[in-house]
Amino acid sequence: MAKTAISLTVNGEKVEALVEPRTLLIHFLREQLSLTGAHIGCETSHCGACTVDMDGQSVKSCTVFAVQADGADLRTIEGLAAPDGTLHALQNAFREWHGLQCGFCTPGMIMRAWRLLQENPHPSEAEIRFGIAGNLCRCTGYQNIVHAISAAAATIAGASKEAAE
Amino acid sequence: MNEVSETRAAREEKLQGIGCRRKRIEDIRFTQGKGNYVDDLKLPGMLFGDFHRSPYAHARIRRIDTTKARALAGVVAVLTATDLKPLKLDWMPTLAGDVQAVLAGEKVLFQGQEIAFVVATDRYIAADAADLVEVEYEELPPLVDPFRSMAPDAPILREDIADKTEGAHGKRRHPNHIFTWEVGDREATDQAFRVAEVSVKQLISYQRVHPSPLETCQAVASFDKIKGELTVWGTFQAPHVVRTVGAILSGIPEHKIHIIAPDIGGGFGNKVGVYPGYVCAIVASIVTGKPVKWVEDRIENLTATAFARDYHMTAEIAATREGKVTGLRVHVLADHGAFDACADPSKWPAGFFNIVTGSYDFPVAHVTVDGVYTNKAPGGVAYRCSFRVTEAAYCIERAMDILAHKLGVDPAEIRVRNFIRREQFPYHSALGWEYDSGDYHTAMKKALEAVGYQALRTEQGAKQEKFRRGETRELMGIGVSFFTEIVGAGPSKNCDILGIAMFDSAEIRVHPTGAIIARMGTKSQGQGHETTYAQIIASELGIPADNVMVEEGNTDTAPYGLGTYGSRSTPTAAAATAAACRKIRAKAQMIAAHLLEVHHDDVEFDIDSFRVKGMPERVKTMKEVAWAAYNAVPPGLEPGLEAVSYYDPPNMTYPFGAYICVMDIDVDTGVAKVRRFYALDDCGTRINPMIIEGQVHGGLTEAFAIAMGQEIAYDEMGNLKGPSFMDFFLPTAVETPHWETDHTVTPSPHHPIGAKGVGESPNVGGVPAFSNAVNDAFAFLGATHIQMPHDPWRVWKAAEALGLQK
Amino acid sequence: MIPAAFTYYRPRTVPDALSLLGAHSEEARAIAGGHSLIPMMKLRLATPDHLVDLGAIAALKGIRAEGGAWVLGATTTQAELIAHAGLARALPILRETALQIADPQVRARGTVGGNVVNGDPGNDMPAVMLCLDAALEVAGRGGARTIRAREFYRGAFITALAAGEIVTAIRIPAPPAKAGAAYVKLKRKTGDYATAAAAAMLSLEGGRIATCAIALTNVAPTALLAEAAAAGLIGAAPGAAAFAAAAAAAEAITDPAADGHGPVDYRRRMAGVMVRRALAAAAERAGG
Repeated sequence: MAKTAISLTVNGEKVEALVEPRTLLIHFLREQLSLTGAHIGCETSHCGACTVDMDGQSVKSCTVFAVQADGADLRTIEGLAAPDGTLHALQNAFREWHGLQCGFCTPGMIMRAWRLLQENPHPSEAEIRFGIAGNLCRCTGYQNIVHAISAAAATIAGASKEAAE
Repeated sequence: MNEVSETRAAREEKLQGIGCRRKRIEDIRFTQGKGNYVDDLKLPGMLFGDFHRSPYAHARIRRIDTTKARALAGVVAVLTATDLKPLKLDWMPTLAGDVQAVLAGEKVLFQGQEIAFVVATDRYIAADAADLVEVEYEELPPLVDPFRSMAPDAPILREDIADKTEGAHGKRRHPNHIFTWEVGDREATDQAFRVAEVSVKQLISYQRVHPSPLETCQAVASFDKIKGELTVWGTFQAPHVVRTVGAILSGIPEHKIHIIAPDIGGGFGNKVGVYPGYVCAIVASIVTGKPVKWVEDRIENLTATAFARDYHMTAEIAATREGKVTGLRVHVLADHGAFDACADPSKWPAGFFNIVTGSYDFPVAHVTVDGVYTNKAPGGVAYRCSFRVTEAAYCIERAMDILAHKLGVDPAEIRVRNFIRREQFPYHSALGWEYDSGDYHTAMKKALEAVGYQALRTEQGAKQEKFRRGETRELMGIGVSFFTEIVGAGPSKNCDILGIAMFDSAEIRVHPTGAIIARMGTKSQGQGHETTYAQIIASELGIPADNVMVEEGNTDTAPYGLGTYGSRSTPTAAAATAAACRKIRAKAQMIAAHLLEVHHDDVEFDIDSFRVKGMPERVKTMKEVAWAAYNAVPPGLEPGLEAVSYYDPPNMTYPFGAYICVMDIDVDTGVAKVRRFYALDDCGTRINPMIIEGQVHGGLTEAFAIAMGQEIAYDEMGNLKGPSFMDFFLPTAVETPHWETDHTVTPSPHHPIGAKGVGESPNVGGVPAFSNAVNDAFAFLGATHIQMPHDPWRVWKAAEALGLQK
Repeated sequence: MIPAAFTYYRPRTVPDALSLLGAHSEEARAIAGGHSLIPMMKLRLATPDHLVDLGAIAALKGIRAEGGAWVLGATTTQAELIAHAGLARALPILRETALQIADPQVRARGTVGGNVVNGDPGNDMPAVMLCLDAALEVAGRGGARTIRAREFYRGAFITALAAGEIVTAIRIPAPPAKAGAAYVKLKRKTGDYATAAAAAMLSLEGGRIATCAIALTNVAPTALLAEAAAAGLIGAAPGAAAFAAAAAAAEAITDPAADGHGPVDYRRRMAGVMVRRALAAAAERAGG
């Protein structure tokens, strides 16, 4: 099968690769780049386990072809912590609030929450629930995920206030 | 070292032991995308397998042609039943004493049944090749309705056993009959009904659903031809059972089989059984000499692996006019699909359905269950419940409401009148169980007060009046459910899987520096075992939980165990953990006494140290003892500090709870909105309240999904309707209600730390609470029983039947 | 779920896209957000040999006001539509509808044009476009033309678009003065197609309904314009009785399929309930 050259940025690093046009972005990330954080749960763009950030938006990488990401700037769960390894407030909050159990939806859920908090830094509970409605979790019943995102929002707000002072 | 002079509270807190809201160890890797799930595994030269499946529910296979598939570049092998037959692997035993086709050779018996396994160099080519397999069928009439399975003119499904009149559980009356299971006193129960002042009778169906964990079933098999060793990484809730059954089936010696269950993305019963995909991956690896990965897609998961429920229960209660129950009679028609692949302990064809007397003091009861074949996928797994316990709880909790309604007694009151009283425990039920402990009246009272039950009923009454006057089209329903679970199989005297006795195990090794590695025979799929087992060890041994590493899932290193399902890990492996700790502590006490130069009877354990009785300043910490255990053992004692425990529980445990659901129903659309949900759980000693609450949230959400819309439905031709997350109801954060949790604590008297298990309680108790709320909303208009699932159209139809949709 | 192989093109201009689609005619498909087409390809219900991605064509993007009308570039995503403050003020029904489509990630990729054009009766935007009397601007190798949304839908996945043509923009005329509009959707969960949904727009004059349009989603092989239902309301005072009559008239033209959303009679009645609720919301917004 003829392959196409693509060039993109993944977690801040330049990536060049050859892909079949039909290669789904999730398979490209998981198998060619060995970024196995994002998962495949439903394959029909309902569960959001494959959520990554692409050009400033959350996308379901099972419903994007890798060729469509040519030139894109991608961020995955592996690129969320600071370069020195310091975890993002969301990663800490999900643990602190027991916002995960089996962990399978977690990378997609956190990446969606990460984008949500940039779209809306102070979301209400209802706004969080609406904002993560594209991500299914089978274990937690969402309540602690909502808490975690709320808490992370407060932490981030506190940190930026501190920085401004 | 000044540790011992700290306050007792500070020392205890440092341990993060039992009762502590310890943050989970697992989360450190999961929140960074560093979990290690089966599909993350990449081995050199690894091939991918994919199935060609039947589009028909019932058809004879005339011809299978794999020529085109084999000719595709990148295809390495194509397996069919013909290839498996010489290996005697074209059929495999099920956990329930039946056999199941690994690959269909002569007949297909359900839509999506596996016919050919294509192996290729990548998953894209495998998918292409699976499409190129050509099969010629002769369509046969499908049997979809279980109520027609034993009709004289029903098509015979299982030609392989058509002439067998003796099944795994007794006589078969019809070629489509699997078993009849009977328990209780038929004559005494009939008599109770003959003399009953009041009785009710209702067909209560619990629809076919599916556990659908977010990660589907998957495996990587790697056979080393030189060493003759097989390694399989897979989504296995019970890895050791897979190893033993694998050895028996394949003839590979058991010590040369290595089963590894890495991180599992949710199980809920879906990953207990053995599926054709696992077997085919193994055979393909043996045939090709390369590792072979099989990953089920979501449609395959919903279509072919592990449905749950599909129980059609006719319940009858006999009672006095005052609402005291005098007898229970239940007949179940159980739709098992094309093969009996129920994941119950082998001697229990209907699981523990005989917990159906619930929380009530029935003097007599009788149950019969008829299992039948249909042209549907096999399964019958315990989807977030102990074996058939959710069916039983749903049955009795609906039936008690129906009785209350008939007598004009409040649903909460009818339960209180019939509860087993605290002083009756241990309680022997009419259907043969010995309930270990309970305090139902206290739990119910706390629940009713917490929600302001009387005020809710008053509000409901006012709303009903407004509805009758035509001033509102909204109705209010209050669902009460009081469940008793039975979890923790063993005991091995009555529970086994294919002859493998159901105990569980823990192996704990204290290193010289006081760090600990512990391994168990169970396998977490999200329950947080790495965190909670360490808490038990911390409390038992006085070593901080952070210094304990818990490992599960590798059959080479973990002690033999039966795995995690049916809420059994806490009742069995957690008990084994405590038992192993106590063996270690006994030896540690000898060492401590030696170090303190006193007799070991003069030494006592205190939080994290041994001290000389009456001389609290003379202590040796467990950490010091660990070092001495390797380096300064008393004469006559072996060095080392470790123990293994294989714990065969003397009884099961009986968690219980009181759940109350308040619902508002839009009669015009049938949409039911949960206004409030209160869940009180009593799971005995609480190891980690944070994790317990998380389990309850999750179980309630699954119960909500089941009660309010989940359904694996087939059309009259046996085609599965809507087998994707487009149609299969999994609620998002928007649809999911807010959960309120509460608890009482009634420890199990026979469990070393008094814990009972909780993971499945919320599903078991939740489903009837939701369903009772819907039914309660319409009861004042004369509705007796509205079948699940309560999705909007069915609720609307129920209202229409009451004349409300003019 | 793996799609069959195809050749991929990412043209930069409309003429390039048209020539690619023309060159491969029947075997080619245009792809925008892909959230209808890619799942179909993964199920192999769609197996195009050539996939022409419209995502890089700048001319298909953007939202702009032209006089009183609004023009939405065909590849405007639902997320872009939702975020556009001017459009939200002028035609709030569009934002209201878009927020009821799928979920955040799907709205980030899914386009208004794709939703309007692909002819899926479950899509939400077609009914809104019928209600608002939108026009679709179409480009083909033979030239450009305009098709009224009300003449566009022929059957399930069958539209007036000819092979090789693409929709470049959607033009929505200014609503009447003092108009209110609403889109009300009944669905089983987030991400679901409608059990039934209704778009309604009405304007008031002197407490009476002066203009009215009603359209329905997913209760027939195409979105439906409920003309008789709307006509019956002209001159009527807004209120439960009038809206009930309109709902009954709307129900009469439905032809829903029985599926997981419910049986035919239920879905028909839900179309009526949605019409009643959409009219009530529209009337309130119109100041009635």
